[in-house]
Amino acid sequence: MSNPLQELKEVAWDPIAGFGVTFRTMFRKPVTEQYPKEKLPTAPRFHGRHQLNRWPDGLEKCVGCELCAWACPADAIYVEGASNEDLADGSGRFSPGERYGRVYQINYLRCILCGLCIEACPTRALTMTNEYELADNNRADLIWEKSDLLAPLLPGMVEPPHEMMISDDHHDYYKGKTLPIVEAD
Amino acid sequence: MSELFGHEDWWVVIVKAVMIFAFLVVYTLFNIWFERRLVARMQHRIGPNVHGPFGLLQSLADGVKLALKEDVTVKAADKVVYTLAPILATIPAFMAWAVIPFGPEASLFGTMTPLQLTDLPVAVLFILAITSIGVYGIVLAGWSSGSIYALLGGLRSSAQMISYEVAMGLSLVAVFMYSGSMSTSEIVDAQTSMWYFLPLFPSFVIYMISMVGETNRAPFDLPEAEGELVGGFHTEYSSLKFALFFLAEYVNMVTVSAVATTMFLGGWRAPFGIAQIWEGANHGWWPVLWFFLKTLAFICVFVWLRGTLPRMRYDQFMRFGWKVLIPISLGWIVCVGVMRKLSTEGMLDGDLLNRQNLIVAAVVVGIVALLSFFIPEKQRPEPEPEAEFDAFAGGYPVPPMPERSAKS
Repeated sequence: MSNPLQELKEVAWDPIAGFGVTFRTMFRKPVTEQYPKEKLPTAPRFHGRHQLNRWPDGLEKCVGCELCAWACPADAIYVEGASNEDLADGSGRFSPGERYGRVYQINYLRCILCGLCIEACPTRALTMTNEYELADNNRADLIWEKSDLLAPLLPGMVEPPHEMMISDDHHDYYKGKTLPIVEAD
Repeated sequence: MSELFGHEDWWVVIVKAVMIFAFLVVYTLFNIWFERRLVARMQHRIGPNVHGPFGLLQSLADGVKLALKEDVTVKAADKVVYTLAPILATIPAFMAWAVIPFGPEASLFGTMTPLQLTDLPVAVLFILAITSIGVYGIVLAGWSSGSIYALLGGLRSSAQMISYEVAMGLSLVAVFMYSGSMSTSEIVDAQTSMWYFLPLFPSFVIYMISMVGETNRAPFDLPEAEGELVGGFHTEYSSLKFALFFLAEYVNMVTVSAVATTMFLGGWRAPFGIAQIWEGANHGWWPVLWFFLKTLAFICVFVWLRGTLPRMRYDQFMRFGWKVLIPISLGWIVCVGVMRKLSTEGMLDGDLLNRQNLIVAAVVVGIVALLSFFIPEKQRPEPEPEAEFDAFAGGYPVPPMPERSAKS
């Protein structure tokens, strides 16, 4: 401050320097994205809508533990667990192990997409996608059911309920065992 | 001054009046779009680009939307004045254009006519007087709304416009002295050899500053300071009445730009060099283009100011107007008067006081005047801190009286 040159600059130049900033900015590329016309990809770990994942044989990863619902600061998740049953035709089994999520709802009117639920999930059943276009014109459709949230069936997956295909021991699922590769004819 | 003024066929006058009106309305629509695009670029954005080519129809769409809104007349309003105020603000804004010269004599449907509705021996005074009437519109709008906010906004607006009109009028006096006339077309003629912004640079700077204050634009947009006030004098207005205020504001912006062009930038004359290369640049309808470009340059300055400077405080603003601009104006007028007198008496033939040196001196004074803007106010000595309050002075904890604070 004691430097007289510095002081002169502060009095005489600094107030005008802003004009240079705006002038220069005029010739720079605007940062605007033409959003509805051009959709740019999000950051890879963007917090979009949720997804309920499956095991390679199509069984659900969700065990109905409700940890996500407990973690949720906005109280947007509702889970009702139920027990799998080992029936002869496999119609009582939705996930390997003992329990599964019978009802799974996320209320996107409440959800703040903070991601605490996916941090809480012990089986990595709940993750987030990059999808962010979640608007709707009514409240009811913004409560997403399990059927809306479940990941699509990939090749080799079979829609539950069905018996455990990878192994009879549900621990093998968590150890990363996959379906046996069947040679095509 | 052409002797045609006042002696033209009635239809020529009507055609010219309608052309000026259409020009102003279209120019306003264009200006709003232009300002938004330009300020957007300055802020690293694009601005309106959806409606029409480059978004040019955006302000038209906004205007239609504004017109279709419900016209609310507030209960506490004085109905007659409330309706009259926007009209009173708009009409003078357009009327000032009657004496603005767009070009020399040109052919209009086979009739030679000056591209100017009319001219008076005191045309510039007419402009100043007519634009001042617009202030009535603002005061009355604020008063008749029956709302404190609007009233305060109207008072602030009018105080500001009146203060800066003084400096504005004074800055034009030097032009009158140089050109020897107050008629706009004669002032333009007098600038054939040199535009007045060079010899009268301080006047030009003062005019530039006061025209921003006069039009209530950033950084002097205190009366309407969005985000600080509710909205100024037009708080209670909606629909077409509000649209009229908006229109008047933008037309006023163009008006002061046009006056600046006429007074200091040679009016409709082609910019330096063009007339030397191309004979026809100052004939026919081409001057309208130069005039348009020059006013547009002033609009750019308006937008640049808005994009760059933060809003001033009201007391700073008033102090600047009354204590800086007006004294400098007065001093400068005295200088110009003395110089004119000396030069007409033929006392400026010495080597030291030739024309070029005077121009250099004028430019230096102008820059100094501009820089004086940035000289900080004298710092008042800080009041001595009061003795700290000791809550345990008497042995017992006692809360401090108001305006005292306990020892932390």
